[in-house]
Amino acid sequence: MVMFNEKKIKEIREERQRWERTALPNWVKQCPERKKEFRNHSGMLLKGLYTPEDVKTLDYLQDLGFPGEYPFTRGLHATMYRGRLWTMRMFAGFGTAEDTNKRFKYLLREGESGLSTAFDYPTIMGYDSDHPMARGEVGLCGVVISSLKDMEILLDGVPLDKVTTSMTINGPAAMLLAMYVAVGDKQGVPREKLGGTTQNDMLKEYFAQKLCIFPPKPSVKLVTDIIEYCARYLPKWNPISISGYHIREAGANAVQELAFTLYDGIAYVESTLERGLKVDDFAHRLSFFFASHNDFFEEIAKFRAARRLWARLMKERFHAKNPRSMWMRMHIQTSGCTLTAQQPLNNIIRTTIQALAAVLGGTQSLHTNSFDEALCLPTEEAVRVALRTQQIIAHESGATNTADPLAGSYYVEALTNEMEEKAMDYIQKIDDMGGAIVAIEKGFLQKEIADSAYKYQKEVDEKKRIIVGLNEYTIEEEKCPIELLRVDPKVEKQQVVKLQKLKRERNNRKVKEILEKLHYSAEKDENLMPTIIEAVKAYATLGEITDVLRKVYGEYKELIII
Amino acid sequence: MQALTDVEEIARRVLSGDRKSIAKAITIIEDNTAESKRLIASIYPSTGRAQIIGLTGPAGSGKSTLIEKIVQEYRRKGKTVGVIAVDPTSPFTGGAFLGDRIRMQELSTDLGVFIRSMATRNYLGGIAKATKDAVKVLDAAGKEIIIVETVGAGQSEVEIIKVAQTIVVIHAPGLGDEIQAIKAGIMEIADIFVVNKADRENANKAVMDIQSILQLNNKEATWKPPILKTTALTGEGVPELIEKIEEHRRFLEKEIGRKRSLGKAEAEFIEAIKEKVVNSIIDDLKKEGRFEEFLEKIIAKEMDPASAAEKLLHEKLRRH
Amino acid sequence: MQSTRKIRVLIAKPGLDSHDRGAKVVARALRDAGMEVIYTGLRQTPEQIVETALQEDVNVIGLSILSGAHKALFPRIMELLKREGLTDVMVFAGGIIPEEDIQEMKNLGIKEIFGPGTPTETIIQYVMENIQERT
Repeated sequence: MVMFNEKKIKEIREERQRWERTALPNWVKQCPERKKEFRNHSGMLLKGLYTPEDVKTLDYLQDLGFPGEYPFTRGLHATMYRGRLWTMRMFAGFGTAEDTNKRFKYLLREGESGLSTAFDYPTIMGYDSDHPMARGEVGLCGVVISSLKDMEILLDGVPLDKVTTSMTINGPAAMLLAMYVAVGDKQGVPREKLGGTTQNDMLKEYFAQKLCIFPPKPSVKLVTDIIEYCARYLPKWNPISISGYHIREAGANAVQELAFTLYDGIAYVESTLERGLKVDDFAHRLSFFFASHNDFFEEIAKFRAARRLWARLMKERFHAKNPRSMWMRMHIQTSGCTLTAQQPLNNIIRTTIQALAAVLGGTQSLHTNSFDEALCLPTEEAVRVALRTQQIIAHESGATNTADPLAGSYYVEALTNEMEEKAMDYIQKIDDMGGAIVAIEKGFLQKEIADSAYKYQKEVDEKKRIIVGLNEYTIEEEKCPIELLRVDPKVEKQQVVKLQKLKRERNNRKVKEILEKLHYSAEKDENLMPTIIEAVKAYATLGEITDVLRKVYGEYKELIII
Repeated sequence: MQALTDVEEIARRVLSGDRKSIAKAITIIEDNTAESKRLIASIYPSTGRAQIIGLTGPAGSGKSTLIEKIVQEYRRKGKTVGVIAVDPTSPFTGGAFLGDRIRMQELSTDLGVFIRSMATRNYLGGIAKATKDAVKVLDAAGKEIIIVETVGAGQSEVEIIKVAQTIVVIHAPGLGDEIQAIKAGIMEIADIFVVNKADRENANKAVMDIQSILQLNNKEATWKPPILKTTALTGEGVPELIEKIEEHRRFLEKEIGRKRSLGKAEAEFIEAIKEKVVNSIIDDLKKEGRFEEFLEKIIAKEMDPASAAEKLLHEKLRRH
Repeated sequence: MQSTRKIRVLIAKPGLDSHDRGAKVVARALRDAGMEVIYTGLRQTPEQIVETALQEDVNVIGLSILSGAHKALFPRIMELLKREGLTDVMVFAGGIIPEEDIQEMKNLGIKEIFGPGTPTETIIQYVMENIQERT
C-alpha cells in the first residue's frame, strides 16, 4: 500500500510542472545554478527538488516499517538512542603495549564506551618484531603484539567481563583472538561473557586493504573457523566485521562500498553454511563496518539502504527465521581519506558532519577521526576533541531524541531506494560472474575501485570537486600548527629484547610440539582455533604461528589493476 | 668507473654479464637510436647460445605466476634466466603500465635472473624486432634461458612470440571466452599448450576444447603440441612442463630445427634489407624534394598513392 | 631515424604499508601523460626496489609510504642506489612524511616530497622538467 494515492501524485506532478515552467525559470535567469549538474559521490544525478512523486512507490509498512522490526530501515532497536546511545569506540594503538594500555585508560576515563585496537604493520602481517620485514616499522601505526605477554600488558587493568574490545586484525585474527581469550581465562572471566569483535574480513583485503598473508581460499577458511568457533564457544563475540570502510578509502564510491561489502557478507554466510551450521546459529553475530564520507545525505541513505538490503538478503536468499539474523549491526568510522594535511583544524568540521550522518543513519558504534590524521598518529588532545564530537552530538544536538529522524524526507527516501537498487545491480553482476573470489581473480572489483579513485582525483585536480584548504581557500605559508606524536624508535629494540627473553624463559619443547600439532591440523583442514589458543598459551610467538600457516597455505601475491 | 656512454664499452660489459650494462643496452634498443645498430653489431657474434621460450596467454590465465615457478625451477637446475615481459603501449597517450614483474618480484634479488619490462611503443621496425634485439642482449650476456612473455591478444603479439624457439600457450578454465581468447595465429604456432589452474572443475573441458581445435587443424607436423595441466599457485605440473620444453628443444636440434633456425635467420635478414632499402630510398626522395612533390599531388587527388609510388620508383631505379 | 625514447618511472611501495590508492593513481596519471610506469606492488624491500630500478633502467623512482617507516627505509634505499651507481636516477617521494622530516629526506638525495593533496599534474610536470638528460 503506497503512501500517496495516484490522484494526489497526479495533482502534485501537474503543479510541479507548472512551477518548473513558470516560476523556476525566472529564478534561474536571475541566479543561474552554480554547476551544470549536481552529482553525489556515486555519480547519481541530483534534482533541484524532491517531491512525493520521487517516492510514489514507497510503501511505509513494507519498505520502512518500525525500528526493531523487519526490514529494519528505521533502525535495529525500537527506542534507538532514546534507550541507549551508540558505542563510542575510538580506534587506538601505537608503540608498546604499555603505551597503548595508557591510551586505552585515557579514553575510557574521558568517556568512551568500548575499546578498539590498532596493531602495527608487522603484527598485522604476522611478523615478530625481530623479523627483517619489521625493520623500521615496529609500533609505528599501531601497537606491537608479538606474543601473549604483550596482550597481557595491553589489557592490564581492563575488566574483560565489563569492557568490550574491537580488534582490527585480519590475517592473524585467529592468533589475536586466541590471545584475548587467554587473557580472559587468566582474569577468570567465563568465555561466554567475553565481548568484542575481530575484524577478520579477508575478502576485502584482496581488493581493498591489501593486508593479505595467505591466498584467498585458505584465508576464507580461517575466517570461517573463527565464525564457527565463536558460534559454539564465544557467544558474545562478533567473529567478523564485514568491512566497507577500506573499500571506500581505497577509492570506491558509496554504491560500490555498499554492494561489495554486502557481497562479502553473502560469501561468508555461504562459506559458513558449507560447514553445516544453520544460518540462525551464527548470522546474528555477523557485524558490519562502514565509512561515513562527505556527502551527508548520500551517506545516511547508504546506511538505511544497507540495513534494509541485508535484512532482505538474509530473509529471501538465506531463509533466516530469527529476526536477529537479519540485523545489520554496524560500526562506522568517519572517512580518513577526506581529511587534509592542509589547515588540519578544518578536519574537525568534516568529522562532525560525517559523525552526524552516522548517527542519523542509525549506527550502533562510532569512531571519529582525529584532526591530525593526515599528519601523524593522533595526539591526546586531538583524540579528545574527536571523542567530544560524538558526545556533543549525543547530548547537545537533539539528533538522538527520536528514531530515524529523516524518514519520510522525499530526498532521503529517494536516495535510499536508488542506493538499494544500484547495489543490487552490482550484486547481480557478481553473482553472474561466479561469486566474490572469481570477481577478485578477474580483477573486476579492483578495476571498479581504481577507476573510481582515478575519477575522484581528476575531479579534485580539475577543481570540479572542491576540497576546502586544498584546491580552494588555501593559505600560502602553512606552518604545521600542531605538535606531532611520534613513536620512539627505541620501541623496536625493546621489543627485540623482550622476544629474546620470552624465548629463553618459556618451555621450548612444548612450543615445538604444539606448532607441529598445528601444522598437522592445518593440513587436515581442521578448525584451528583450539590449537592456536593452546599455542599462544604456551607463549609461541605470533610470527612462529603464522610461519606454520605460511608453510601450509603459501603466500599471496597481488593482482594489480591501476 | 668509466661512464657507460660508449656503445662499445656497453657491449663489452654486456658480454661480461654486467647487469647495469644489460639494462642500458636494452634501453638503447628500446630508444631505437643510431647506437642500437652498432650495439647489435658488436654483440651478435656472441648470441645463439640461449634457449628462448615464448609464453603467451590471455589475462587471468595465471601466466605471470606460472613464469615465476618456471624460472624458479630452472634456477634450481642451476641455469641463469632472462625474462622479457611485453605490455601494450596506449595508442592514445603513448604511455604504458608495465605490471608483469609484480608477480615475479621475489626473483628480483636473485642475481641469476634478469627481468625487463618492455612496452610495445611505436617501433618503426615493429615491437617484434625490438624484442628480438633485447633477447640478443640477454643471450650475449650469457643468460641460458630467456623467456619472452606477452598477452597474446593481437597480431603484433603473434610476431613477438615468434622470436622464441619453443612457444608455450597458456590458458585457464572459466575465463569466459574459452578458446576464442586464444587468438588465431597463436594456435597455429604453439608448440606446447598449458591449461593452468588445473585444480578447477572445468579444467578437463578446457583441455578437450584445445584438443578438438588441434584436431581440426589437421597439420602434418612432426611435432604434435602436447596439452599439459599446471597449478601455478602450488607449482604442480611445472617440472613436467620444463621436461616438455626440453623435449621440444631436443626435437629442434635435429633436422627440422636447423630448417627452422635457417628460416628465422633468413626472415630477419630480409627484414633488415627491407628496412634499409625502404628507409634509404625514402630518405633520398625526401632530400631531393620529390617525396613532398608527389605527396602534394596525392592530396590534390591528381594521383593515387600506388601510381605515385610506381612513377617515383620507376624514375629512381632507372637512374641506377 | 625516429627515436622512440620514453620516460621510464618506477613507482615503489617500500615496507609493510599497504595503502596503495595514491601510488596507483599517480602511476595511472604518469602513464596517461605518456610515460612507461613500472609498479612494484606492495611490501618491497630496499634491495628489491633498487634492483628493479637497475634492471628496468628507469629515469625516475617514486616512493610511496604512509606508515612512518620512511626514516628507516629511505636511507637504505638511497644508500643502495649509490652503491649500484644509480645516482643519476631522480627520486621523489609521497605519502605521509611529516614536514619536520622533509629536509632530512632531501639531504639523503630525494629531490622532492609530494604530500597529501598534491595534484597529479604537479607531479607530472615535475618529472618532465627534472629528469636528467640521457647520455
